[in-house]
Amino acid sequence: MAVPLGDPRPDLSRIADPLGEPFNVVIEASGLSKYFGGKRALGPVSFTIGRGETIGFLGLNGAGKTTVLRILAGDLRPSAGTLTVEGVDAVRQPLGVRRLVGFLPELPPVYPDMAVTDYLRFTARLRGMPAGSALESRLDEVHAITSLDPVRTELVRNLSQGYRQRVGLAQAIVHEPALLILDEPAHDLDPAQIVEMRRLIASLRGRHTILISSHNLPEISETCDRLLVLDAGEIIAQGTEAELSERWLGVQRTEVVIRAPGPGPLADARGGGEAWGDGAAAALERLRRLDAVKEVTLGEGEHEGGIVIVVESASDRRAEICRTLVEGGFDVLRLGHRQRKLESIFLGLIHGAERTRGSGHSAA
Amino acid sequence: MERSGRAVAVILRRELAAYLKSAHGYVIAAALLLLAGVLFYAEALGPRAGERLSADVLARFFFNTSGLVAVAAVALSVRLFTDERQTGSVVLLNTAPVSDLQIVMGKFLGALAFLTAITVATLYMPLLIMVNGRISWGHVAVGYLGLVLLGAAVLAIGLFASSLTRHTLAAAVAGGAITGAMFLFYPLSFVVDPPLTRVFAGLGLHGRHFSDFQAGVLHLRDVVYYLSVAYFFLLLATKALEAKRWQ
Repeated sequence: MAVPLGDPRPDLSRIADPLGEPFNVVIEASGLSKYFGGKRALGPVSFTIGRGETIGFLGLNGAGKTTVLRILAGDLRPSAGTLTVEGVDAVRQPLGVRRLVGFLPELPPVYPDMAVTDYLRFTARLRGMPAGSALESRLDEVHAITSLDPVRTELVRNLSQGYRQRVGLAQAIVHEPALLILDEPAHDLDPAQIVEMRRLIASLRGRHTILISSHNLPEISETCDRLLVLDAGEIIAQGTEAELSERWLGVQRTEVVIRAPGPGPLADARGGGEAWGDGAAAALERLRRLDAVKEVTLGEGEHEGGIVIVVESASDRRAEICRTLVEGGFDVLRLGHRQRKLESIFLGLIHGAERTRGSGHSAA
Repeated sequence: MERSGRAVAVILRRELAAYLKSAHGYVIAAALLLLAGVLFYAEALGPRAGERLSADVLARFFFNTSGLVAVAAVALSVRLFTDERQTGSVVLLNTAPVSDLQIVMGKFLGALAFLTAITVATLYMPLLIMVNGRISWGHVAVGYLGLVLLGAAVLAIGLFASSLTRHTLAAAVAGGAITGAMFLFYPLSFVVDPPLTRVFAGLGLHGRHFSDFQAGVLHLRDVVYYLSVAYFFLLLATKALEAKRWQ
């Protein structure tokens, strides 16, 4: 089932290291799919993820986010396709891949009857870390990173949800994996805990390649370098938030507050009379002639004695807008750039994919 | 190989500690010891106790205890995977660099260590017989070996049942049904025609294979039988875990 929203394979040159280093692939998935009892849950999907990237998996419930993360973590085997992590084949050498991965599922995989430190020691030993001073110092480090020091000797069953989630994150990083996979890391947390978890994940950037799935769009937006949008088991789009906005919805919104060199009432501008109004009309006309500009309108209200002009463009045209207005003799008091909110990008993509599927079905 | 053994040992220690820290483990241990004590009192100190030889009393003790060990083994093993699935902690094992066989062996050996400990805690009863009568250490040792082997076989059956589902009750029913059916093979061997007679008698979990142990007679074929049953169901449990990854 093709969804003509573009080739989901990334342009590797576009996400190459800014210093010109060659793109260092950590994950390479090709034609990956998963069926549960004959029902397709995922794929086929293909994607590549580079070292050090923080990738967000975005999608509605049942879109296939958890399935793809569980396959990457080694919990599930793919029904078809190939997957390599750091060059290790996930189907032929699953244990080799699992050594490279730390996984925090939606429900933290904790043992309620264990004390926090005992649990983390168990998880480290399970991942092959030998007992000894190196392990103990790593445990100290992980306690510090995840702020678990105050509850080291507490039983997991006595911890709040926020602490449990941190224990879950601690077990995922205790063996210093190259790849860290977090499935809904803010699940069931209160707003303060969500902020804390976000801070914690941000502090791990650079140490691991991180994959996050979340319903929490601001969390994805703030934390991730790149997004993979899944719908009905397929990747329907990928890129940065700005790229998705530009490529898939084609709208960037720039608000400019301008003032004519001389004083004049706002009513004149709207009415088209006097020098101010003529000037505003001229400004609008100049802006409409810019490349990639789709629509130019007068905004509501008056700000700082100037009028508001709203420019909707297919790409970022702030520099040209500013230059055009200044050359036209206007004072630019403020210039604000607003991409479409992630929510609207996301919904736009999902609805686009649904429409495409719908037309495909009706054509069939 | 060393790494493989270490992973099994890590899981074994975790399982053993879980039994020692849970009410579940203590309830099973207390029930087994209480019922074994009551049955022993009835056999050894009851009204007709004086008419029996000490070796017969010891054999009856092993016979009674074998049933209790089998029930305890089912109760200890059916939660091994169902609990992990319900709490979500099974994902930790599934995504760790350990094979499904290592997971199964670690859990099995942890449960076997606990079952062996509570079985050996009944040793004071044979010692009481020894103080008041004449029995050999060899009889005691072989009887306990039989109990541990029977317990290992039933633990493997329960572990297999546990690997199939996330519901403890369903696993208990499945584990109990398989164990019960295998116990019934021996009595059924008396009512079927040859050649099924030998097949049923040979497959029976109790009866022919345990009767030698309880009499203090060690036959290699009985040891091999119990180890084979344990191996077979541990292999099935491993395959069940693997199958869940592919489903």
